[in-house]
Amino acid sequence: MKEALKRIVRIFVTYSIRTISLLFAVSVISFVLVSASPIDPVQQYLIGLGTAVSPQQRAEIEAYWGVNKPPIERYLGWLSEALHGNLGESALYRRPVATIIGERFWNSLALMFCAWLLSGVIGFGLGCVMGMYQDQWADKILKKCCYILSSVPVFWLGLVLLLVFCVWLKWFPIGFSTPIGVRSEDVTFGQRMHHLILPAFTLSLMSFSNIALHTRQKLIDVLSSEYVLFARARGEGKWTVLCRHGLRNILFPALTLQFASFAELFGGSVMAENVFSYPGLGSAVSAAGLNGDVPLLLGITLFSALFVCVGNMIANLLYGVIDPQVRAFSAQNYRS
Amino acid sequence: MEQKNGTLLEIHDLSVSFQMYEHGIGNSNLYRGLKQTDLQVISDLHLTVYPGEIVAVAGSSGSGKSVFASAILGILPDNATVRGHLHYKGEELTAARQRQLRGTEIALVPQSVAFLDPLMKVGAQVDGHRKSQPTEKRRSLFRRFDLPDKTPQLYPFELSGGMARRVLVSTAFITDAQLIIADEPTPGMGLEQALEALRLFREMAEEGKAVILITHDIDLAIAFADRVAVFYAGTTVETAFASDFKNGSDALRHPYSKALWNALPQNGFVPIEGFQPYAGNLPKGCLFAPRCPYKKAQCTADVPPIREVRGGEVRCYYDV
Repeated sequence: MKEALKRIVRIFVTYSIRTISLLFAVSVISFVLVSASPIDPVQQYLIGLGTAVSPQQRAEIEAYWGVNKPPIERYLGWLSEALHGNLGESALYRRPVATIIGERFWNSLALMFCAWLLSGVIGFGLGCVMGMYQDQWADKILKKCCYILSSVPVFWLGLVLLLVFCVWLKWFPIGFSTPIGVRSEDVTFGQRMHHLILPAFTLSLMSFSNIALHTRQKLIDVLSSEYVLFARARGEGKWTVLCRHGLRNILFPALTLQFASFAELFGGSVMAENVFSYPGLGSAVSAAGLNGDVPLLLGITLFSALFVCVGNMIANLLYGVIDPQVRAFSAQNYRS
Repeated sequence: MEQKNGTLLEIHDLSVSFQMYEHGIGNSNLYRGLKQTDLQVISDLHLTVYPGEIVAVAGSSGSGKSVFASAILGILPDNATVRGHLHYKGEELTAARQRQLRGTEIALVPQSVAFLDPLMKVGAQVDGHRKSQPTEKRRSLFRRFDLPDKTPQLYPFELSGGMARRVLVSTAFITDAQLIIADEPTPGMGLEQALEALRLFREMAEEGKAVILITHDIDLAIAFADRVAVFYAGTTVETAFASDFKNGSDALRHPYSKALWNALPQNGFVPIEGFQPYAGNLPKGCLFAPRCPYKKAQCTADVPPIREVRGGEVRCYYDV
């Protein structure tokens, strides 16, 4: 037990070091990219201000912001502020970046979590069905559906769903995370869910076919393995084989894939949130990009890198906890 | 099909072939994967098993011994075609009956630890999916095999080679099977453990059960079996008493068995020319004819019939 605890602490420390160095690299690269881009932060700030300023006032602002200092100095300045928890103020929203991320993250998290759960469950279920009926009609039809879904862009799919379910059928609201004209304190959980379903479903369509196809292939591999042959030799039927050996052997790869899809999910949420005008990080990042809101853009980039990194870390930790082979192997490794 | 009295398992003219897709002529993309061929792995196999005996099926690797085990159990892949007659306790062994019997009346002892689910603990695997199995029986079996007390809690990859063997053997012993098909059960075991396993097989035979011991180890077959079926290129060329092998090549009936006997280290180590033909490349007529020193025109034309000679069975035209 003590050894297990030591191992977890050790893994945690390793991952933390990796995460921090990765975040550092991401911050450098994105800072360089933004510096090299034609965005003029002062210009964007002035547009946001809405009043005319004289060239002299402009020069004062430039001097105050330090835009003419060398890039390394600017970066170090930004980094030291960021380390103190100050990610700057959004030029677009006129509020601290950290506050905006904090607010929007919960909306995005709810959306991504629902989509993630939905795609995992649907993908795994369909993958099992396809694997069990390999090359029969059910498998053939589902496989084609998966190929089509994974080749269709998310935003287009979102628009179609929006048209069908919101405009024609009027089952779901057309956008936003809460009803229009209702104070945020008065919004019920049901109303939030009602707004969440369609964006989450759209987002899940993006990754579920991937998981379904992988699960299918893995199940086919398992079913043609020697241990399934032996299980059949001992009189296990098709479904007994699936329950006793199939599920436990395909669950781990499916879980890894599911956690690894965090990055894709984040990318997809940008599209889905924009189509459904859903106020999450995804729509904020595209607004920041389109309006040249540099502090917000950098802040969200860093935050999303952290998010994906944590997702992968959870996957790796979980894998070690549930797979006895990995568990034994890493125990051996850490002991020696 | 003519039935003998009191047999447990009777196999007549069993052939197994696999439908395969081959690369087309000239390997051009147009024809690739279009040509379909039948790969015959087992041809006209003949074997009779009586209750209370151990029958060894001995042959070199690649001769289709494992396919033979799968055919009896009815667990061949979908692309396999089975022809011939199988009878268990005098009744035809249909697919439905195979489904019913496997794991209850017919048990398999597989070759290696790869036949165990890598993510399932050994105890649960030995007990099997039929929950009625009392674990007390498993405990006494494990004690008998000198398996440590923690074995049921281990995963297959944590077993040593010898332990894995003993676990595999116990999966069959925990059932009340009348017929045990052991596919290479002893390699990897220590001598003591191998002897213990074989002693257990013998005990089961004495209880009126039957054991088919599939092996490439002819010495083991001779030492522990009552009868030895000599397996060559997917067919049984001869079924002899184990004592015939001890009495020398004159007691054997088929040219291949004689050649095999002469090739044993203790009998002069004399090899014969040629190789065993592989599936997809089988000769017409007798499968041994191309290498046979007694070959006549008839041998390459038709498959010789099974004949009874001195209490054994042989698939050869001549008394050689």
